[in-house]
Amino acid sequence: MSTTPVTPKPVKTNRIGLQILDYRGGKTTLCAGCGHNAISERITEAFYDMGVQPERVMKMSGIGCSSKSPAYFMSRSFSFNSVHGRMPSVATGALLANKTMRSIGVSGDGDTASIGMGQFVHLMRRNVPMIYIIEDNGVYGLTKGQFSATADIGSKLKTGVVNDLPAIDICALAIQMGATFVGRSFSGDKKQLSTMLKAALSHQGTVLLDVISPCVTFNDHEGSTKSYKYMQEHEEAVSEVGFVPYFDDIAVEYDPSTTVDVQLHDGSHMRLRKLHEDYDPTDKANAVKMLMECHDKGEVLTGVFYVDTQKPDFTTLLHMVDDPLATLPQERVRPGREVLTVLMEAHL
Amino acid sequence: MTTSQVLTQAEPSSEAVDGGKQIVNDFSIQIATVNGSGSQSANSVLLRSIFRMGIPVSGKNLFPSNIAGLPTWYTIRVSKDGWVARKTHIDVLIAMNAETAREDVLSLSPGGAVIYDESLKLNELRNDVSFYAVPFDQLAAATGAEAKIRKLVKNMVYVGVAAKLLSIDMESVDNTVRRQFARKVKAAELNLTAVRVGYDYAANTLTKQDPYRVERMNATEGKIIIDGNSAAAMGAMFAGVTVVPWYPITPSSSVVENLIDLMKKHRVEADGKASFAIVQAEDELAAIGMVLGAGWAGARAMTASSGPGISLMAEFAGLGYYAEIPGVIFDVQRTGPSTGLPTRTSQADLTFVAGISHGDTKHVILLPGTVKECYEFGLEAFEIAEQMQTPVFVLSDLDLGMNNWMSEPFEYPEKPIARGKVLDAEQLQELGGFARYKDVDGDGIPYRTLPGTDHPGAAYFTRGSGHNEKALYSERPEDYENNMLRLARKFETARTLVPKPKLEGTGKEKVGIIAFGTSHWAVIEGRDQLARESRIETDYLRIRAFPFTQEVHDFVAQHERVYVVEQNRDSQMMNLLKIDLDAAQIVKLHSILHFNGLPIDARSVSSPIAKLEGAGS
Repeated sequence: MSTTPVTPKPVKTNRIGLQILDYRGGKTTLCAGCGHNAISERITEAFYDMGVQPERVMKMSGIGCSSKSPAYFMSRSFSFNSVHGRMPSVATGALLANKTMRSIGVSGDGDTASIGMGQFVHLMRRNVPMIYIIEDNGVYGLTKGQFSATADIGSKLKTGVVNDLPAIDICALAIQMGATFVGRSFSGDKKQLSTMLKAALSHQGTVLLDVISPCVTFNDHEGSTKSYKYMQEHEEAVSEVGFVPYFDDIAVEYDPSTTVDVQLHDGSHMRLRKLHEDYDPTDKANAVKMLMECHDKGEVLTGVFYVDTQKPDFTTLLHMVDDPLATLPQERVRPGREVLTVLMEAHL
Repeated sequence: MTTSQVLTQAEPSSEAVDGGKQIVNDFSIQIATVNGSGSQSANSVLLRSIFRMGIPVSGKNLFPSNIAGLPTWYTIRVSKDGWVARKTHIDVLIAMNAETAREDVLSLSPGGAVIYDESLKLNELRNDVSFYAVPFDQLAAATGAEAKIRKLVKNMVYVGVAAKLLSIDMESVDNTVRRQFARKVKAAELNLTAVRVGYDYAANTLTKQDPYRVERMNATEGKIIIDGNSAAAMGAMFAGVTVVPWYPITPSSSVVENLIDLMKKHRVEADGKASFAIVQAEDELAAIGMVLGAGWAGARAMTASSGPGISLMAEFAGLGYYAEIPGVIFDVQRTGPSTGLPTRTSQADLTFVAGISHGDTKHVILLPGTVKECYEFGLEAFEIAEQMQTPVFVLSDLDLGMNNWMSEPFEYPEKPIARGKVLDAEQLQELGGFARYKDVDGDGIPYRTLPGTDHPGAAYFTRGSGHNEKALYSERPEDYENNMLRLARKFETARTLVPKPKLEGTGKEKVGIIAFGTSHWAVIEGRDQLARESRIETDYLRIRAFPFTQEVHDFVAQHERVYVVEQNRDSQMMNLLKIDLDAAQIVKLHSILHFNGLPIDARSVSSPIAKLEGAGS
């Protein structure tokens, strides 16, 4: 053993004293270079940076490559990998049982836009308080590369098969259905995705993030509109997303003529610097119009498209007691003897 | 559906009726109306007025899958012996539906009575029944009711006519109407006027010719009248249910509708906040998905559905079984397959539910046969689900769920709520962690934690894919096999937790009868018929749960022949028994089936058994 004293490097921790290691997950089994892995990294960082206690988080998913990924981040969080296309209902039920938990759902374009469409739109409609991420690559990876419903018309499979059906724009749909925080990002855009995730953690309501996440095995070739190359050439940000967390007292100046400031539920601020002339993230119809127009031009619009911080989330609408329903004691869930007596008398 | 079809199984009346003889407290009344005409309250008044005279009654509503305008029949059975199963032949007909009146009259038992609207001119159809013509429109007008509600008032007029003709105590009718309209004094007065107008008309104009009448008894003291769905809702509320996602479907909707009323009254706290969440889901897939999400997060969660909805739940049911998540599913059975007869009863979901989902799957099923058991199993299902960490199905049926039954009052649950093997942060600290799917206690039931448990070792990964004891993804053959074997052991443990069957009889007879659910009521009456008419003594075991307990095996072993009575085509209970019983016992089983959508009657039990036992009938 060395006799020279070594000053231990101070361990870096976040605001609740945890290390980044405390937010790591299992080793990924997805393909090397898969966009999903980058997204897992960004999720890990965002929860670490925001200082969310991992035990207070529920990670929800359906079936598919994307839905496997909750195993690859935050092992100290509670995870539920459910059935294909049905994560929304399971996530809703879990939040009804315990509305004090944070919930993050990871789905894919197949899991959401095809088999899961019914439950997806109702989750948006209810404004269930959770972050819903779609790792969107336009193909079914686990079953070896069939088109999904978000594949663009005219895009080509490796086999040469051309998609002749129009893509479903998940973001436009989510806005129409009632989600209160809707944006799109790209797994390769580290800064934008991280910022959007942190802002998402400050929002109380449904956050829908459609993250283009190229499938390196089945959909990263010439003719694909969901490849790294295509995204690098066609990504067009609608706004530059900035974020000032509630726990930073630093006052960041901004110019209201070029930047929209949104105060989020936990007191954090999202600063959206307009890159598009018509950009107004509080105007539903305008957001949908922009998405449609960009789509027609073959551009992939990214950024935060729509935010509504006023609409009550589903757990608020239900007017439940403050404590989690799951663990209410017997005296709060079993009415007294006299109640049964009265009920019996009414049926005599 | 017409009444003649309804009555395909009618037996000719065995008792000769002569004009002078009286038949007291032993007959059936059928009220033929169209649905949507508001006859329900009148029928309920009739039923409860007789009940309040201390006479055993049962009421069954035979209604179409339709909102308004199609024929509906409500049948009241009055039975001094306390038999409440469906009686196939009708003695007293109140014919209010012109469309079915002819057939209704033709299907009446000889010697019967018909109360009818005089405009229908039914009295020429037969000469072996008594006819009582009533000018309903005129009498309804005489009540002074406004024209638009006279249709409803007419219903109360027939209550009055029937009360006079059948000697129903007017004091009892009066009390019943006042109770039924307790919060609407004006409505109560109008209804009472209508009853009196009918009564007076009958007293002044009609001459009693038929033998049917009621006479005060003392056989209903302290009893209640309730439907199974209301009872199930009460059970769930006292079980402490907190999360209730559902999708409306006949005949289960009233489980949740009743629960909504109950919870709003009794589960809202002083600050106005609810200790529950009842959510109308987008479909049954979402309903069961929410149940499992909530059950996983620690809530007592339930849904209620029927055949088509249960079919949709198949995939999630398998997830619940394999990922080991508690939840309660009420299946109020109607006739299938497919849409089937949505407003008719059956017991044909049994084998489907027992193994619902792909792969090797088995489910715990509770089988209430009485409204009291709808309440009790409504409570018990949650206890078993959490103790076993698995979905529990409660198989009721339309007859039990939607019809009115007499019952002893329900008892307050004395057993404290038990949440099963759930580890908290403190216990985890002592144990130093846990393995989610490890069989620590040898009963196949592992330990779980709830999301939010504040310990770094609390979390685990729930999945429907292959997993090892630590809940990690695994495709290793031995991990898969070990897990499946443990699940099988867990199911064996269920045999010791579910309600035991009920034995009736000496236990020493050669002939045994097995039944479950609502077949019970036909079986007990059928056994009496067999004993009285054919001198066949029987023992009877009513199964109340799946998996079967040891008592079921013993019962078959102790009898020479065992008749399995059930309301489906494919002998579903018998087939489940065959899987469970020793090969040597299987040959003893014989099927007695009834599956026309109507509740089973006693003759459908006693006649085939008498025949198979070689008795002349």
